[in-house]
Amino acid sequence: MSDVPASELPTASRPLWRRSVQAVGESVSGTVGRCGGQVRFVGDMVDLLFQTLRWLFRSLFVPGVRLRRPLLVQQMVRVGVRSIGIVVLVQIFIGVILALQMAPTLRDYGQLERVADVVGIAVVRELGPLITAIVLSGFAGASIAAEIGAMKEAEEIKALKAHALNPCHYLVLPRFIATVVMLTGLAVIADIVGVFGGFLTSWLVLDVPPAIYIDLTRGALDFKDFFTGLFKAAVFGMLIALIACCEGLQVSGGAEGVGRATTMTVVKSIVALVGVDAVFTAVFYVFGI
Amino acid sequence: MGSDVIISIRDLVKSFRAPDGHEVRILDGVTFDVFRSETLVIMGGSGCGKSTLLNCLIGEYSISGGHILFRTERMPEPRDLAAMNESETNELRKRFGILFQSGALFNSITVAQNVALPIKEHSQVPDRLVDTMVTVKLNLVRMLEHRDKMPAQLSGGQKKRVGLARATAMDPEILFYDEPSAGLDPVTSAAIDDLIMDLSGKLAVTSVVVTHEMDSAFRIADRMVMLHQGRVLKIATRAEFETLRSADPASLSSRQDQLINQFLNGYSAGPLTDEQGRSQYEQLLISG
Repeated sequence: MSDVPASELPTASRPLWRRSVQAVGESVSGTVGRCGGQVRFVGDMVDLLFQTLRWLFRSLFVPGVRLRRPLLVQQMVRVGVRSIGIVVLVQIFIGVILALQMAPTLRDYGQLERVADVVGIAVVRELGPLITAIVLSGFAGASIAAEIGAMKEAEEIKALKAHALNPCHYLVLPRFIATVVMLTGLAVIADIVGVFGGFLTSWLVLDVPPAIYIDLTRGALDFKDFFTGLFKAAVFGMLIALIACCEGLQVSGGAEGVGRATTMTVVKSIVALVGVDAVFTAVFYVFGI
Repeated sequence: MGSDVIISIRDLVKSFRAPDGHEVRILDGVTFDVFRSETLVIMGGSGCGKSTLLNCLIGEYSISGGHILFRTERMPEPRDLAAMNESETNELRKRFGILFQSGALFNSITVAQNVALPIKEHSQVPDRLVDTMVTVKLNLVRMLEHRDKMPAQLSGGQKKRVGLARATAMDPEILFYDEPSAGLDPVTSAAIDDLIMDLSGKLAVTSVVVTHEMDSAFRIADRMVMLHQGRVLKIATRAEFETLRSADPASLSSRQDQLINQFLNGYSAGPLTDEQGRSQYEQLLISG
């Protein structure tokens, strides 16, 4: 037994220190590999963004290159119109939760009516766009990834290319524009509904007079707050569309691959949305925006 | 490149990088010509590289070496596919029609919309004329009564017919077929073969068919290319391959002819399986 080199021994027979070092090595190697994969994915997203912007420019300014309005309208209905109900429902709850959570603390300071300021700013600057984007990443992002992934598996993307149609122009551009435009629109609805949720809670549960609530909300909010929220929503829309399309276009491995792409779209979108939101908030804070 | 040659493939090499980092050469120095208006069948066993070759020909895969020269009516001087940019490749693709193995219809639109798509995208034809063109193409493949159905409502054979109508929508010079009879029953398969021959005759297109269905290959081919392990084993007329097919294996002196005879007749014993069996054994030895 002692003549056999350690490397040729079955794993269980190797010394403990050797197995430990091997486990650490495999773990580090796996982590580095996964990080490399994520970096490549970000690179693919940036590449897809530039391709999409190029096709957007060509569709708008180059004669003969069409924007394909029917496809765009179809995607806008799918991404935006069908999401209105769920966005309204979630944002009402957000308004209610914010008002009820802040009420005890503000009451202690004798400033209960200031719940209007808190709800207004939190919803319009932050939670309106962010929560809407998170809802949309599950509702529309996953569906985009699954649709494009299934198309890839059914050779439809190959068929598009074979008919001299660029998948980025034909598939990604309409979904990109639809997600950006509709998420921005949904963020406006989310802002209104979220504030309305806080208003109803304050009026019916906390006994804050409606006129005071409206007056304080108008005083607390500025156009700047509204537009920073909408700017964030547009960027969130870009992120969701790019992640979903990238995942869809990279599908391999049949139905299992499509399922994996769908899940990864939601996971990556949520991480990216919260991360980018944190960066925006820090930048706005530093520049006093 | 002769004037009647529409595609000239010279020393084509295609390699892929395996997950372990090694280069795997799928096509190795493939060289042959495709003549205008002929039906050329590319055949070979599973994994011989015929689908990879088709993907290289349609520009889906970039090639690792060699040349694929095209000479179409709109492009009278031979042009190398590898040297073309995206827009030039797309211009060339407008002269292609491709029937994919699954039909590859767009599932979210109707049969008629599938056929109309390339016409609408690449021409300024009014809608009424597009509709007439779609009717003609669907009639050609005998699928007119299904024009308003969704692809999910069609059988495998019907999907291929619609795929064929879409492939011919732009009146291509070259039609590529990827396993047109795969997964079809013998009657439907024969019907698709008849359709391929009918279209080749009526439209005078050049057809390049990738298949390993021998009955189908012998029905439709003018010439045949046999690939083996990424190389051209033999290129000849259908008659020459028929002679090889009907020969007694014992009477064949060269190993190459024995191998072709075994493949064409689907014999389980012969140099092909000996070779594959040996290589599998060698693989087992290597992997320990």
